[in-house]
Amino acid sequence: MKAAISWRCCDATSCRAAGAAALRQRLVAQHGVERVKSVGCLRLCGQGPLAAADHEDGRVELFGGVAAERQLDPEHPFFTLQRSVVLERCGLVDPGCLDDALAQGAYTALAACRQLAPKAVVEELERSGLRGRGGAGYPTGRKWQLVAAQPGSSKVVVCNADEGDPGAFMDRAVLEGDPHRLLEGMAIAAHAVGASEGFIYVRAEYPLAIERLRRAIAAAETRGVLAGFAIQLRIGAGAYVCGEETALLHSIEGGRGTPRPRPPYPAVSGLWGLPTLINNVETFAAVPAILRQGGAWYGAMGTATSKGTKVFALSGAITHTGLIEVEMGTSLRTIVETMGGGVPANPNGSLGVVKAVQTGGPSGGCVPAALLDTPVDYESLQALGSIMGSGGMVVIDESLAMPELARYFMGFCAAESCGKCLPCRAGTVQLEQLLDRFVERRATGADLVQLEQLCGMVKATSLCGLGQSAPNPVLSTLRFFRAEYEAAIAGAAP
Amino acid sequence: MTTPQVPPPKLRFATVWLAGCSGCHMSFLDLDEWLFELAAAVEIVYSPVASDIKVFPEGVDLCLVEGAVANADNLELALQLRARSKVVVSFGDCAVSANVPGLRNLWAGVAGGSRQSVLERGYVELADRGAQHPHAPGIVPELLERVLPLHEVIAVDHFLPGCPPSAERIRAFLEALLRGEPPPEGQAMLSFG
Amino acid sequence: MTQVLPSVSLQINGQPCTVAADATVLQAIRSAGLHVPTLCHLDGLTPVGACRLCLVALEGHPKLEPACVTTVAEGMVVHTHTPELEGYRRMAVELFFAEGNHVCAFCVANGACELQDVAVEVGMDHSRFPYQYPHRHVDASHALFGLDHHRCILCTRCVRMCDEIEGAHVWDVGYRGSACSIIAGLDQPWGEVEACTSCGKCVDACPTGALFRKQDATAEKQPHPERAQQLAAARTDHRWRNQ
Repeated sequence: MKAAISWRCCDATSCRAAGAAALRQRLVAQHGVERVKSVGCLRLCGQGPLAAADHEDGRVELFGGVAAERQLDPEHPFFTLQRSVVLERCGLVDPGCLDDALAQGAYTALAACRQLAPKAVVEELERSGLRGRGGAGYPTGRKWQLVAAQPGSSKVVVCNADEGDPGAFMDRAVLEGDPHRLLEGMAIAAHAVGASEGFIYVRAEYPLAIERLRRAIAAAETRGVLAGFAIQLRIGAGAYVCGEETALLHSIEGGRGTPRPRPPYPAVSGLWGLPTLINNVETFAAVPAILRQGGAWYGAMGTATSKGTKVFALSGAITHTGLIEVEMGTSLRTIVETMGGGVPANPNGSLGVVKAVQTGGPSGGCVPAALLDTPVDYESLQALGSIMGSGGMVVIDESLAMPELARYFMGFCAAESCGKCLPCRAGTVQLEQLLDRFVERRATGADLVQLEQLCGMVKATSLCGLGQSAPNPVLSTLRFFRAEYEAAIAGAAP
Repeated sequence: MTTPQVPPPKLRFATVWLAGCSGCHMSFLDLDEWLFELAAAVEIVYSPVASDIKVFPEGVDLCLVEGAVANADNLELALQLRARSKVVVSFGDCAVSANVPGLRNLWAGVAGGSRQSVLERGYVELADRGAQHPHAPGIVPELLERVLPLHEVIAVDHFLPGCPPSAERIRAFLEALLRGEPPPEGQAMLSFG
Repeated sequence: MTQVLPSVSLQINGQPCTVAADATVLQAIRSAGLHVPTLCHLDGLTPVGACRLCLVALEGHPKLEPACVTTVAEGMVVHTHTPELEGYRRMAVELFFAEGNHVCAFCVANGACELQDVAVEVGMDHSRFPYQYPHRHVDASHALFGLDHHRCILCTRCVRMCDEIEGAHVWDVGYRGSACSIIAGLDQPWGEVEACTSCGKCVDACPTGALFRKQDATAEKQPHPERAQQLAAARTDHRWRNQ
């Protein structure tokens, strides 16, 4: 440890919660404050608080625990199979220091872009094949093109930083670990579509991200690196549905966060009726690398329809909990077993068994263990009744019954429904109560029929994505684990 | 030689009054002279308005059930009538939706519960004198915590909503069943309140 | 010279019809003499697509769309009453009944209630979904009117009527999910909201017995859903009722 020339100490939320302040204090006492730097997420959150020791010869050691008592293996596949694009500076850069970010290349892509015609920037994006990382996977270049094509000089760029899926913390890592990257991506977008004003809508539950964004925006504006592009922060008030784009825009406008029917899409009529480009944090954060290295470089990663890399928050019944960025098309097995180390052994020493992997949060579904070789891309996950979603990936072991998992998500959706449309407001309540009957093993055959019918109704008739996808966790577990529901019918053989 | 004509056995018909105001039975009585035709066509084996029999008999073909399931007696009778009847009809809004008797369910999730709240209000708070809870085990049936529509307690074959369903509708309904046809459906057969 | 709007031709339940290019599918359905049930829609107010009863199937389009907010398109083929839609509508009406405390027997709007009418229209003879019996309250603080939250279906017609037609914006929606409720002012008793002009338009717009005049007893409410359209026409087209 003595040979280290400098230390990088994770100062993101989860390591803070695990005692990062104590670890940092200890390192500062031992090595001096000038040799300890605060950085963003070092990925293996489950072993936090984390600190990385950089040696003169380029060697990196990784330690976990408040006394850095656990030496971790940076050569573990958890780290080596990662492909950092969005997170390339996360964990290296001091998120509170613009100079450090500039020294590591921040805002160079923006400066280069300004020499290009906006059209050329959009074309580069289209060439990259980047798709919306919020979950829906709409081609980003096409969206930019749509906004750029709108008449008028008043346009807005909005960043959706209302990350709210249970088990999702990808965007938080970017916001807390490399906020300038987001600002740069937004500024490039503003240049490409012709916007002079930007908003970041970030959830109030991310106070550290808000603090770092505030500081980053102030520093960037003072230094003039955004070249007149003004970015304002808007803080959410705890509503999950504000991650839905039209609800988010209503909320920025000062209204109630409720979705509205589309069309018109925000690209045509968004914030205050202006053409609005709205993308998620990770989408914007991928942009500087794409512009720097070229769309072709980005498009060479991933699969035919899902290009580039994707950040996932790996949690649940898994040995290595944390943040990973991998190429699209990586198999779930590689992620869960090779990188994540599979399910931890039971207290009795028996091997833990993966039962399923939940992706996409309350809008997603479960991929059963038998299908772990599924490549992670938009189409493959959708074909299995799940979705890519924003990147939450929760590993489930044999101890969790599927009706219980489905009930958890349904309860989440019922509590987070904005209440505007009937199927979501009232349907999710009834679905949760129906699922209660399965969890408590007092269901009837008729309940199973009704469960499926009502899922179909809520999915087909709800107004926005939250309601339309609320039945997904039920439908997906019914598809692959139907026997668990049937066994919960009263009188069924145990 | 001809076999002697044996009249077909009459349809065994019952009506039951659970937690309701008896208005559905009053509407049934509004069938007036058609009641004579009905009486000729069926054997009334159990009914609060047309029979003195106290125990719900076996082998009932058709049973109209007025009222929600609100107390232990209602529950026992509902289970009994289902076991002993071929066709059960949820007769009127109280049976269909719990209606007015179900209003005390508003207090089901509230401190004290619906049973306690309704008894307190009815027998203590509003009493002019002699305020006391009714208590006569074996005579006054215990209230259930929740008043339930009939179909949440037993399987129901047909629904005839209305508060009450009009005599015309009851007649159209019964005539079809007596002919062995499915009861008429559609907007003309539906009303609430 | 008046400009003639371009028109489009579409087909609804096999019936051809031609309407202005900016018409909604709901307007087209009605102009063809056909019908879909609606609850949150009220002519004269901004449509919100919230009740989902007017969902229709469009051939070649993967999702059901609410007729009230969908603009017609040339060659559109609309189906208003597929078995799927009828099934969903019946479930929707059951959900409406189950989520509130709708007791027709003593409701001020009994016999003049759009929820009741829709229940009859979709053939709801009972609710397969258990009634929730939410613990709601009655706001009787206004001198002339009352708001019985038990009967509210959150269509927001009152909200839009007060905001768009009366311009007072007394009403809004508070809370979320199943706890949503119409709120007066800043969630104050209605009678204490100074912005209220006591015009009664919200009562006229209410499809159920949630908003009522205090002098009306059971089955005595006389709603006037046509007022929104009349007032909107008077304001925008300068067309008056007595002209």
